[in-house]
Amino acid sequence: MSDTAVASHPLVDGAVGPGCKKVDPIVVADGVTRQFGGLKAVDVEHVEIPRGQITALIGPNGAGKTTFFNLLTGFDKPNTGSWSFEGRSLARVPAFKVARAGMVRTFQLTKSLGRLTVLQNMLLGATKQGGENFFTAIVKPLWAKREDEITKRAEDLLTRFKLDAKKDDYAASLSGGQRKLLEMARALMSEPTLVMLDEPMAGVNPALTQSLLGHIRGLKEEGMSVLFVEHDMHMVRHISDWVIVMAEGRIVAEGPPETVMTDQAVIDAYLGAHHDEDLGEMEVELDLPTVEEAEAAAEKKHEQQEGNH
Amino acid sequence: MDWGTILGNAISQIASPTTAAYALAAIGISVHFGYTGLLNFGQAGFMAIGAYAFAIATLGFGWPVWAALLMVILASVVFAFILGLPTLRLRADYLAIVTIAAAEIVRYVVSTTGLTPVTGGASGLSGFSGGFYALNPIPEGTYGFGPFTYTADGWWVRIVGWTLVAIATVLVWLLMRSPWGRVVKGIREDEDAVRSLGKNVYSYKMQSLVLGGVLGGLAGFVFILPRAVQPGNYGTALTFFIYTLLLLGGAATVFGPIVGAMIFWVVLSLSNGIIVGLVESGIVSFLTPDQAGQIRFIIVGVALMLLVIFRPQGIFGNKKELSFSV
Repeated sequence: MSDTAVASHPLVDGAVGPGCKKVDPIVVADGVTRQFGGLKAVDVEHVEIPRGQITALIGPNGAGKTTFFNLLTGFDKPNTGSWSFEGRSLARVPAFKVARAGMVRTFQLTKSLGRLTVLQNMLLGATKQGGENFFTAIVKPLWAKREDEITKRAEDLLTRFKLDAKKDDYAASLSGGQRKLLEMARALMSEPTLVMLDEPMAGVNPALTQSLLGHIRGLKEEGMSVLFVEHDMHMVRHISDWVIVMAEGRIVAEGPPETVMTDQAVIDAYLGAHHDEDLGEMEVELDLPTVEEAEAAAEKKHEQQEGNH
Repeated sequence: MDWGTILGNAISQIASPTTAAYALAAIGISVHFGYTGLLNFGQAGFMAIGAYAFAIATLGFGWPVWAALLMVILASVVFAFILGLPTLRLRADYLAIVTIAAAEIVRYVVSTTGLTPVTGGASGLSGFSGGFYALNPIPEGTYGFGPFTYTADGWWVRIVGWTLVAIATVLVWLLMRSPWGRVVKGIREDEDAVRSLGKNVYSYKMQSLVLGGVLGGLAGFVFILPRAVQPGNYGTALTFFIYTLLLLGGAATVFGPIVGAMIFWVVLSLSNGIIVGLVESGIVSFLTPDQAGQIRFIIVGVALMLLVIFRPQGIFGNKKELSFSV
């Protein structure tokens, strides 16, 4: 199915290809399907997500990326399939338990808690706060110590994400980009092992993009694994160590970012929607087309691309 | 027109046991709607459950007051579970529909003739508060000043009613400043976000529903102390009066429900006194006394509309919170 140029890679155990085995996977999924009426939105036979790396999940609109994301994090129930996170089966486990296990997600449409302050948003992300129990909550001395600890951690994180000046403002007063930062910072409060970011760059202005990229790299440096869904190919190329490509619910290709975008299956997936269009004149390009270029020049003739290979 | 009596009656509403009952029920709604975002339109149902639980435990089972009060709490908890178990996993508006229907079901069930030996049917129950007034430590007599002059029993029911309001206020304040309150307020804003942070949203919503429901049940108990239990009192109008006074005072505020209840009853009594007075003295001739009794509710309705248009945050609410379209 794939004709990725590299046959092996340090992250991979065996040959590189869709559903290939990883040397050290953090998530292993098998036979995951999710059907909406007659449409099979997700149909993943096997996929492994490497530990301690930044993995991008890309694919054209409607490829099932977000649905797959929702399944993994317990926000949606699969029709069939199983998956494990750090060796522990998480299939059909409710979302809050998935988060407690150390797999924390963010959302495509940012979900900041508007009428809570930025600091309260952060504190909500913390774990092991006994004061969240109804009866303990009434007696402040029982939870005040932990509250101080997590407030300290929240303030450190806010400083890192340059939101410390906003800590007493309502989250609703933040800009779209700041909310993205807040959501990411909040997810880090629980010290997760795997951070799942659903389109972290959507709606973020270019000035903030760089700092967001830096923060995502920072997660990896701290030993966390990152899986993100993204449309911004620039970002995918710059920060991901591994790219998984989905199309029509399936994993069609996998590989390091430099090579996966030249994969024929990926180009087909991205250009499939344009097959029937009236094709304009295009110069024959000398270098290999990438998804980025392919998307930008969607009217490019299919034969011309084949001619490039 | 006797302005002294009209004003005196209105002022005395501030401390009346009915006001305390409304305040208590409003604190429950504040927990549900104001803090957790649960649209409970069946608070009248919780009040009916509390009222009937107390009356039936006393009259039917001959239980002492403390046991009957436990029965009130237990019945409210059970009712909250019955409402919450099937609906709290669904979207917020489903709970609204289920609660409004459940409250009506309660009202119809207790007024059926088949249950007359237990619930008294349409005429309700009375004569259950003897045990409660027997606990009154205040010696016989009349105490107080001006409009706040009551008999020993009048003081007793007010003391108990307002003590319950005070306890509920302190409890809710303690809870809402705690991490528990933070989770619950987070659920109001976006339950998926809270779920993604590892909190069992369903369980928190249930806890909130039970807490507010128990406060509603206790409100039902306070409500019936100065009167009989009558099914007609527990219609949907009761729930909406409670919402009115909660919005008046400010949802999700500490003193909003209490001050809202006081203002609601003072205004209701004052407008009634003035209109009836005007009709009786012949100044207003186009209204019958019956109509005069109704028109005050029209005034309340208009006042509520003006309130939500010009001061949507209520008296104690934070304007800033509402300036965001969340």
